[in-house]
Amino acid sequence: MSISSLPAEGTAHASTPPVTVHEERQRQSRLSLAMVSPSVAVLLVWMAVPLAMTIYFSLIRYNLLYPGDNDFVGLENFYFFLTDEGFTAGMTNTLLLVCSVLLISVVVGVLIAVLVDTSFWGRGIVRVLLISPFFIMPTVSALVWKNLLLHPVSGVFAAVWRFFGAEPIDWFATYPMEAIILIVSWQWVPFAVLLLMTAMQSLDQEQKDAARLDGAGPVAIFWHITLPHLARPIAVVVMIETIFLLSIFAEIFTTTGGGPGYETTNLAYLIYSQALLQFDVGLASAGGLVAVLLANIAAFILIRMIGKNLTDKG
Amino acid sequence: MSDLTIRNLKKSFEDIHIIKGIDLDIKDHEFVVFVGPSGCGKSTLLRLIAGLEEVTSGSIQLDERDITDVAPAKRDLAMVFQSYALYPHMTVRKNMSFALDLAGIDKAEIQRKVEDAAKVLELGPLLERKPKALSGGQRQRVAIGRSIVRNPKIFLFDEPLSNLDAALRVLMRLELARLHKELNATMIYVTHDQVEAMTLADKVVVLNAGRVEQVGSPLELYHHPVNQFVAGFIGTPKMAFLKGTVKAVSNAGVTVALDCGPHYQLPHQSTSLKPGDDITFGIRPENIEVVAADQSPFKVRLDVTEHLGADTYCYIKLANGEMMTVRAPGDFMADYGQNAGLLPDLSQAHLFDASGKTIPRPRPPAQAA
Repeated sequence: MSISSLPAEGTAHASTPPVTVHEERQRQSRLSLAMVSPSVAVLLVWMAVPLAMTIYFSLIRYNLLYPGDNDFVGLENFYFFLTDEGFTAGMTNTLLLVCSVLLISVVVGVLIAVLVDTSFWGRGIVRVLLISPFFIMPTVSALVWKNLLLHPVSGVFAAVWRFFGAEPIDWFATYPMEAIILIVSWQWVPFAVLLLMTAMQSLDQEQKDAARLDGAGPVAIFWHITLPHLARPIAVVVMIETIFLLSIFAEIFTTTGGGPGYETTNLAYLIYSQALLQFDVGLASAGGLVAVLLANIAAFILIRMIGKNLTDKG
Repeated sequence: MSDLTIRNLKKSFEDIHIIKGIDLDIKDHEFVVFVGPSGCGKSTLLRLIAGLEEVTSGSIQLDERDITDVAPAKRDLAMVFQSYALYPHMTVRKNMSFALDLAGIDKAEIQRKVEDAAKVLELGPLLERKPKALSGGQRQRVAIGRSIVRNPKIFLFDEPLSNLDAALRVLMRLELARLHKELNATMIYVTHDQVEAMTLADKVVVLNAGRVEQVGSPLELYHHPVNQFVAGFIGTPKMAFLKGTVKAVSNAGVTVALDCGPHYQLPHQSTSLKPGDDITFGIRPENIEVVAADQSPFKVRLDVTEHLGADTYCYIKLANGEMMTVRAPGDFMADYGQNAGLLPDLSQAHLFDASGKTIPRPRPPAQAA
């Protein structure tokens, strides 16, 4: 592992070859440090400066309606944020949203992935259609759901309800959280399908044959062969979706606006409303830091639970 | 008992006919090897027997019981796959007991069967490992163990050694032969490797393009192939085929004139041949001697020679451009392009008519197989 024998033109000092292995190693580590430092520096500025500013804002009184009144208030902002009635609602709603969408996308995703793995006429088109919701902008799909599907007067669902002689439901008034979960699931099931569908293709056909010879029916093959095979992609789906679902915002903003009351307000929406509806930057910064903390806790748990499974080479 | 009877078995995938009518009888305790070039339908035939593919027409019977449409698990067969097909998330023990667990057999009974199979295959210390922590040979043994615990009537092997390296392959081949004797089992084994076929089989089934070309013991196939395909497929290096015409047919045999020069009087008996017919003269590389150019009417030029230690393979160019191979002794020395003569052992020669069918040659009484 010596590069000193190569004529390295970029490093002018290479003309005097290092004497010992130790020196050589030192020189190499200095070189690699110099190579990565620009990107590390950019990253540091990119992340550390906003973080520092957020921390600073969270410790002062900073309301856009009262300019100039920026006293240091210690942890008061945090106290207000955590005791705000919206906070408990936001936490519960975030958890509810993340967990239900995860559950729905994993269960439905596995079922669809297994179904489209059998060959049938038009499978290619069906696969494309299955994945396409994922490529639609969240705001657009939320608006489509709001105005064309779930609308109590002009929506498709209302038409179906009326066809059967039932009273159409005003989804966003009666079941606001369920409606949001429905919309977000519709967007994220395709992601699960995409990952699991490709994973299904790497399932060894001979394993299934062996299981059939061992007396396993379709259900037993699903439980003992297919599902364990999908464990790893499911872990990936859970991990990636959790990260994105924690910060769902557009769907809530375009449909319910967090309401009625706090019923569909999650943490992301709560912080938005503090900062840009109530103009309280200090309070919003405190909320942002709480959210960062929560996301880190979630990430820690996920990596402990799932990351180990992922790096475990099979 | 485990007698397998296959009658007029056919299998087509849409318009492509893979198996074109096969009749086969496999007796109890036999080690039967299906061999043939790739795409000849040997693996499909095995999968049909296993029940993994649906039969298009024909029947499969195991001990008088028609299993043509029986579910794979209910056929009393076990199969070892080319990729081993071990369940990656289960331990070796669980892999072996999976079929028994599904059948709902008593736990203590399962434990005993798994331990017994592990003892036969020397898998004892590996029982709690996962397949990924095993070497190729060990995985192979687990795959075999998984079949043994089910105590099947017939073991099916689908090219089980093709994923192993050469040294391990020889070792596992011996182990399979030993296992066959120890378990006293009926085994059907698919391979494209004729060395495996010759060494393992009691009975070799040579398949070509969805049909059985010949069924017989390895030596029967080697000495008395029924046609040119079997003659060319069995034996390495390949038998040399030289084109020629019939000169005369008499009670004493057939006289042929080879396109490359020499005339030979052969002891083969034929009623169908007449002078002027096209014919193919077949001779195995081990039945020819290379001599000096002036000692034989069969004049040739030597091409490349390969020294393998025990043998030397001489590639030879004939006067009319045909190529053939001769297996000479290990210390045989020759120069590239040197002129030489060939002395074929005519008692070991084969004759094939224009359609590739063998003209039977007289069998010496001692060798009648």
